[in-house]
Order: sequence, then C-alpha cells, then structure tokens
Amino acid sequence: MKISFVLNGRDVLLDTDPLRRLLDVLRDEFNLTGVKEGCGEGECGACSVLVNDKIMYSCILPVGSVDGSRVLTIEGYRETERYKVLQEAFTEAGSVQCGFCTPGFIMAAEALLSEDASPDEKSIREAISGNLCRCTGYSMIVDGIKIASRKGRGLW
Amino acid sequence: MKEKVDRSINRIDAPEKTGGYAEYIADMKFEGMLYAKTLRSEKPRAVIKSIDIPLLPEGCYVVDKNDIPGKNRVKMLLDDQPFFAEDIVNYIGEPILLVVGPDREQVAQVLSNIRVLYEEMEPVFTIVDAVKCDKASIYGEDNCFSGYEIIRGDPDRAFREAAEAIEGEYRTGLQEHIYLEPQGVIGVYENERVTVYGSMQCPYYIKTALVQGFGWDEERIRVVQTTTGGAFGGKEEYTSIIAGHAAFAAVKTGRPVRLIFDRAEDIICTTKRHPSIIKIKTALDKNRKITAMEVEITLDGGAYAGLSPVVLQRAMFAATGVYNIPNIKVKGRVFATNNVPSGAMRGFGGPQAFFAIEMHMQSLAESISRDPLDFKMENMLSKGDLTVTGGVLRYEVKLPQMIDLVEKMSGYRRKYEAFINDRGEVPKGIGLSIFYHGCAFTGSGEKEKIRARVKLKKRKDGKVLILVASVEMGQGSSTTLRKIVARAMDLPVEDVIYENPDTDIVPDSGPTVASRTVMIVGFLLKKAAERLKAGGEKAADFKVTEACEGPAELEVTEEYEEPGYIKWGHEKFEGDAYPTYSWGVNVVEVEVDPVTFVIKVNGIWGVYDIGTIIDERIIRGQMEGGIAQGLGYAAFEVMNTDCGNILQPSLADYIIPNSKEFPEMEIRLIDNPYEYGPFGAKGAGELPFIGAAPALASAVQNALKVPIKRLPVTPEYLLKVAEGEK
Repeated sequence: MKISFVLNGRDVLLDTDPLRRLLDVLRDEFNLTGVKEGCGEGECGACSVLVNDKIMYSCILPVGSVDGSRVLTIEGYRETERYKVLQEAFTEAGSVQCGFCTPGFIMAAEALLSEDASPDEKSIREAISGNLCRCTGYSMIVDGIKIASRKGRGLW
Repeated sequence: MKEKVDRSINRIDAPEKTGGYAEYIADMKFEGMLYAKTLRSEKPRAVIKSIDIPLLPEGCYVVDKNDIPGKNRVKMLLDDQPFFAEDIVNYIGEPILLVVGPDREQVAQVLSNIRVLYEEMEPVFTIVDAVKCDKASIYGEDNCFSGYEIIRGDPDRAFREAAEAIEGEYRTGLQEHIYLEPQGVIGVYENERVTVYGSMQCPYYIKTALVQGFGWDEERIRVVQTTTGGAFGGKEEYTSIIAGHAAFAAVKTGRPVRLIFDRAEDIICTTKRHPSIIKIKTALDKNRKITAMEVEITLDGGAYAGLSPVVLQRAMFAATGVYNIPNIKVKGRVFATNNVPSGAMRGFGGPQAFFAIEMHMQSLAESISRDPLDFKMENMLSKGDLTVTGGVLRYEVKLPQMIDLVEKMSGYRRKYEAFINDRGEVPKGIGLSIFYHGCAFTGSGEKEKIRARVKLKKRKDGKVLILVASVEMGQGSSTTLRKIVARAMDLPVEDVIYENPDTDIVPDSGPTVASRTVMIVGFLLKKAAERLKAGGEKAADFKVTEACEGPAELEVTEEYEEPGYIKWGHEKFEGDAYPTYSWGVNVVEVEVDPVTFVIKVNGIWGVYDIGTIIDERIIRGQMEGGIAQGLGYAAFEVMNTDCGNILQPSLADYIIPNSKEFPEMEIRLIDNPYEYGPFGAKGAGELPFIGAAPALASAVQNALKVPIKRLPVTPEYLLKVAEGEK
C-alpha cells in the first residue's frame, strides 16, 4: 500500500505493508535511529514521536495509520530553537544518564510545553508518566523540563 | 585558587544522547549484516532427544554447539554454563541454537518451524526443594554451588549463656534490571580475527570468554563497547554468552551477525537479582545487650552458577549490617534450581542481607520495647571496631552525624512516635535504614584477580587520552574520569579525551562493577596523570612513542597496588573484606491504603558518605536513581515464576517506578576523604540501592504495627500479614 506523510517537515511516500510498525519504518527506511525500541509494546516511551503534535508510541503504531499526518522525530525536532533550550536544560539538570530514554523524554516534554508553557511539577510528572527511565529516579528530568520552561519563555 | 573538585560540570555525553546522535548497538549497520534469533528451551529441565530442523532457505544458517571451536563453557567462576545447550536443558529460555539469516521475519519463521523433542526430568524450582535435594541433583551432589561459614569469637557459647534469643526469617524475590536498552551485540569476522561490538560493562570478561570459546590466541579477539543504555549489573557476566553466540555465528557465516533482544526475550532469559531466605538469631544477655548473632543466608542461584559464589560472599560480609557484634556465625549457601540463572545486580547480595538485618534489628528493638533507632545506635560500628570478617574499620565512621542530619531533614523521631501511636483511618509510617557498601572487589580480588592497569597518552596536540576498559553505561564515568585526570594535570576537561573501550587499544582496568571505577581506576588515573604532568620522569613504562618533530607523544601506565594495610585470608574469610566502605542512612515515609494495602511514598531522605564527591550532580543522579530502583524492588517490582515460567515477561506486567510514584528526594552528601581514592573519593553506584528497601519496609512496619519480613511488600502480602498469617 502507498503511504504518504510529512516526516520531519518533508513529504515522504513509500509503498509498504500498512501494518508495519512506524518504529521499524522510521529506523529501517529512514535511518532515524534516535527513535529507540525499549519495549515494543507501548510501555516505555523510548520510541516516542509526535503525530500531528500528539505524543505517540511509534512501536505500537501501524505505519498505515499515519497516512496523511505530520510525524516529528527527534531528528527533526533537534533542528529547532525549542530543542536547543530543552537540550541545554536537560544537561544543566542532569536529566541524562544512559541516554536511551532521553529522546523520548524530549518529545514528551515538547508535547507538554506546547500545550502548557509553564507547567507545574504535577503536570510535568503526569506528562512524562508514559516514559520510563531506570537511571535517574525522574526528579532530575522534571527539573530539566522546569528549567526549559523558564529559560524558553516565549518559545512555547 | 583551584576550584573545588566536586563542582558539577556538564556531562560530556549529554548532548549527543539527548539529540539521538549517540550510536547504540541497534543503530549500527554493517555491510551484508545478518540477523540472529535464538531457539530457547521450552522446558525447565529435560534431555534433548532430537532437534528437527526443516530445510533452510538460501542464505539461512543454524549455529549451535557444533560450531564452537573451543570449549562450550562460558568463562565464569565455575565454568558450568554452556554457550549452547548440549544434551540437557536446565531452565526455560536456555539457548539451544541460533537461526541466522538476511531477513528478520524469515529468521523468525524458520525458528518457529524447528521442533525439539524433549524427555522431561523432574525440575527443582524453590530454594527449599533445592536444599532438600530429593530429586536428581542439578549441580554436584547436593545442588549447592557454594557454601561458606564465618565464625568470629565464640557464638555457640554466647548462645548457651544468653538470657534470651530472638529469631526472624526474611525472604526476598527476583528483580529484573530493566536497563532501558535491551541486550545486544554484533559479531564481525575479518582477516582471521573476530570483533564483537555491543552494549556491555566488561569488555575484558567478554574477551576472556571468547578466547576460551574459540580456543584461539587472544590477539584474534577484539571487543568494542558501544554506547550502553543502562546495565545495573545485567550486562556484567550475561553479555559474554550472547557475545559468544554472535561471534560463533559471524565465523560460521563469514558475515557480520547482529543479535539483539526484544524486551520479552530479555526478561525471560537474562540474569536477575538472587531470591533469598535469610534467618537471623540474636543472643541477648540479661541486660538486653547483644552478645552474638547467627545468620544463615540461602540464595537461589538459578540453573548455572554464574557469579553466585561472589554474590553470596558479599551478602555474608553484610550479614550483621552496621552493628558491632562480638560473636558471630554466618553460614551462606547458594543453590542450583531450574530457574533462570541469577546474577550480578546493583548491590550484589548486599540488598538482601541489609533488608534482613535492618528488619531484624527493628523488630528486635520493638519486641523488647526499645526505640529502634536508639537500639541500633547503641550497637553501631565505629572506627576501630571489627567487621563481620574481623577486619578493623580504619577510617572514621560518620554514621552518628549522618543520622543527626537525616533526623533534621526528615523529622524521623517525632514522626515515628506519632505514627506508632496513631490509629487514624489511613495508616502512616516512617522508616530508617543504616547501611554500607564495601567498595571494590571482595577480599584480595583487586590484587589477585583483577590487577587493574590504566594508561594515559599525551598526544602531540597536547590532549590527553584516557585508556581504560571501564565503560560509560549511564553512571557518568566518561565525565568523572575526565575530571579526575584534568584536575590532576591542571588541564581544562575538554583537553582530556575518553572514548568507548576497544580491547585492541585499552589495557584491562577491570570490569565496570562493584563501585570500583572511580575509587580504584580513578585513583590509578590520578597517579598516572601526576606522573604524566611531571613530564621528564624516567620510569621504565614511561615511553616516548613518537620522537619526531614537535612535542613528543608520551605514554604512562599505572598498575594497581594494594594499600599496605589490607590483610585478607580467603580460606577462612578473615580480615579486610574490602579496602574501605561507603555508608548511608535512608529515611522513607509512607501511607498504606487501609482497603487496598497499596503503599504510597510521601517522603524520601538520604545522607551518604562516599568520601569526596567528584561531581555533585552526577552523584545526585546516582543516589536518586539508586533509591528509585531500590524502592521499586521494595514495593512494586513483582516477578513470580510458575514451573520455571516467568509470569511477568513484559513491562506491562513487570512494573518499574514511573515519574508519578515518588516525591522529590532530599539527598545530602558528607565529606569523608579516603586516602586511596582519587581526591578522597570512594564507591557510590550501588550504595543508594541498598538502603531503600529496608527504609520502606520499616516505614510500612511502623504504619501497620506488624513485622515486615518479605520483599516485595505487595498488597497481597500485607493483607496476609494484617490478617495475622505468617
């Protein structure tokens, strides 16, 4: 089946099985390896991408379902000003350890901040509760998002 | 004036990881790469009668025990585990063979058409049954991988003369590491040499395992660590098995072979934390002073020994906790069962032992109507006292100050009193644990088994290269080790380079385990850096590698020397089990839902002595992450088996903490420099894990007023306890 969508700002078209996981298409067809597979069943969030600005697990999303949609991965997002603020804030807060979950958390943070530019602690913890991290205990990720929200005022 | 060494700097690996640039093993591609998948035993214990393999499609291969040119045993302590099963399988998930081919789906298809005919044997699933040994033994004559005894003083006499003796039995369950990046390796065979790339903790363990598996000269084996997405002990010994698989497959097929687990496979077949049964008996004299303690530790090692003997030793060396006990008997045994092999995990036997002793001390104090914290403090070790093994504590033990501090932070005493008398609708409790972690390898391991070597190389451009086998796996060593060298040489940290280890380039600084990387490897690096800075030194190993124009390249190596004070007798476990100890005090406050018995954590406070801090922010990350993983172990992470089948083989079933589980933690670090650590630093990575579970369980005990003797503290368990069952 022919599937077309906007991937990181560019129109793409491919002919493939619509039931293939979006994760596999992104990694194997487009070499977007910042999208990680941590569990393959929509629990850990390492594969998070934005589909029409909503946070989604690409490991449980059939590629057919994004036909006609906008898909943003870390590779597209890292070219933005917002990303730079988040990246610096994550570094400053010590949000990054092994890093495997980090691109997913960045996408979750973007999804949150674009809805609410100044979230409180509770909203942040809620917004990232679909992403798992085994290294930090989460508080330092929460801090990173708080710092980004403060320093990126006006960007979201 | 120099800046303080603990000033936090930005982690060097943060930007590349955040942006998705960092290359993990699954992100690597090689020309002509094949995919491998493992056929695993479906039976917990059986003889393989036959394996029926259908005609393989073009380009597909089967790799099994017959493709191992050397010894079909994974190099570990007892060498009992085969890379691929021979005629017997001993656990569900044991690898039998690989199917390798160019297309992942085709490989899976071929795999599903292979039929194995098993003749089942009677399996053993529990510690109790393994001890009983009334079925054919799995290991040796009695299922026992290892058994040891420590006796100090005259415990038998102390018990004979005791006014009373108080006993308790404590049990802990499985825990899975859940590093976010599943295990994975790629094997490549080129020019008669094999290279394994992968997510790992111990490049040289893997190299040694491959040398044995191939029976080749070590020059033909190369191991390269790739960016590693968490490990926690799970990528210590286990990775050697799959490194062998990928390497054998690469040699057989002549193509690069990728072997990467999905989450379910990772949970089913990789090592876990050892389940334990620990019995403690304490003798009191007529003044209710402790005169002796007897501790019996039994661990479930699973189907193969792996690192079980050393995990057991570490548990035994923590058996009496932070307490000064005059007469001690500790008996430890680890048994074979037909469960997935247990292995290294953060704390390495310590968490089980500290849960038992801390709960025992709490219950003991309460049973003789003493305040638990007062009672613990009266019996606490201090400088000059003896450890379990009779080693002298040579350095100041700052536990009293640490307890004062955590008391101020948490209001522990006031809350404990209030909660114990509270009969409110929602039970609330607060718990406190006191603990240590012996830094680096057990006994004479650093001197006799590891003999770490490090190398520094000053390049012509003035940059200094750190050459060690110690990996970055998330814990921050790529930044911390750079800081140590930069500080010792007065260089900006940007001028010090660290890259993922490649055994062709780096010397063996030992495995990245046992909270040893900063204290042992960092100390060697600091010494090397000081010599490199001195420049003109004429030591034998100080060589000018390229004496052409411009400044010369310089290299300096440093090898581990044991501090002179360490005395260790391995036969009787006598003396200094560790060079030194890191210490901690952890307080957790909870409430327990009166209907569902679900535990809610309301407060977490921790004070730690890890010597000098090298980077405050990295250490905060280690402490908070360790506590969270420890609280998961304590309350949420249930892993059960039924006839050898793991019942929670996914992250939907095996629940690890998420961002909503715990409130902000309050962490303080106190300074207590250690003379043989870099700038005074000791071990840090495992320590915070150890105190979390006993602190939480004590809090639940305070809330419900019943002794807690099991981990995890599940609602089902609390319901039973509340109903008065044992």
